[in-house]
Amino acid sequence: MITVEHNPALFKEGEQVKVSEKFPIGHYRVPTYLRGKTVTIAKNLGRHINPEEEAFGKNAGNELWYYQVIIAQKDLWKEYLGSKDDTLEIEVFENWLEPIK
Amino acid sequence: MSENHDHSHDHNDGHHHDHTPITIDETPGYYEILEISIRELLIARGLIGADEVTKQIEVLDSRSPVLGSKLVVKAWLEPDFKDRLLKDGNAAAEEMGITIYDNTAFTVLEDTPELHNVIVCTLCSCYPRPILGLPPDWYKSKEYRSRTVKEPRAVLAEFGTLIPEDIKVQVQDSTASQRYMVLPLRPAGTENFTQEQLESLVTRDTMIGVTIPKINNN
Repeated sequence: MITVEHNPALFKEGEQVKVSEKFPIGHYRVPTYLRGKTVTIAKNLGRHINPEEEAFGKNAGNELWYYQVIIAQKDLWKEYLGSKDDTLEIEVFENWLEPIK
Repeated sequence: MSENHDHSHDHNDGHHHDHTPITIDETPGYYEILEISIRELLIARGLIGADEVTKQIEVLDSRSPVLGSKLVVKAWLEPDFKDRLLKDGNAAAEEMGITIYDNTAFTVLEDTPELHNVIVCTLCSCYPRPILGLPPDWYKSKEYRSRTVKEPRAVLAEFGTLIPEDIKVQVQDSTASQRYMVLPLRPAGTENFTQEQLESLVTRDTMIGVTIPKINNN
């Protein structure tokens, strides 16, 4: 992976971050169930083309950092019935992640 | 069709073929018309050829879960290959002659005695098509997509898969560039199985994670 010095990844593996709670119009890849939730960065997947721009034909440049994040099911759904250790993993682009203040 | 084809229509053999011509009576839907229009325009403007469309359809049709089962069994039999498969799915697949034609990152999730993986795409139908072919209809259904993230154990139970409480269930929601396949556990009692016998245990659903490989006793 080539790390561009002037655009380092904002988040580290193991770090807790918040998924943005926003509802833009257009093409987005963040399910509503995840918005506003606190997740843990499981893996940095490198930089990928932002699908929100790619959906409108801009398929060159504008690569964003892209992460695998993980969350406990019991933190995702109040009424979760499975094991307390069950988890969900999902990929999220950096423009949807915020540091926890 | 050729005028002088030699297919007999006399049917002296006593069985009757249905020769009703295949007709499409339904009016095409909005998206079908959109797809046809865009495809015809791209071809008319010379941006792509009709042969390229046909060729891509042939590539899509050539993929099936057989490819995935070969990867799984090779990983069961060769620890070095398993390491490469888990580290870089694309490279390991290409090593086996399976091209990842769609610029996605093929990612293999390993089940362990403590962890069971199951894959879903809540937003659409992301699926490792280069490895497993086209997804089953239920995978694209709103019910599977919405329930698997929320009550995975109940969904798995409906597939006949009961995961004990002390085994963690991890749902993998596929959202953009990654495509996932589960590397299931090799079942006990298969130590003397041949490669072909092992491959027959690794069905499509075991690689999505809704079932686990089982020895067929009947």
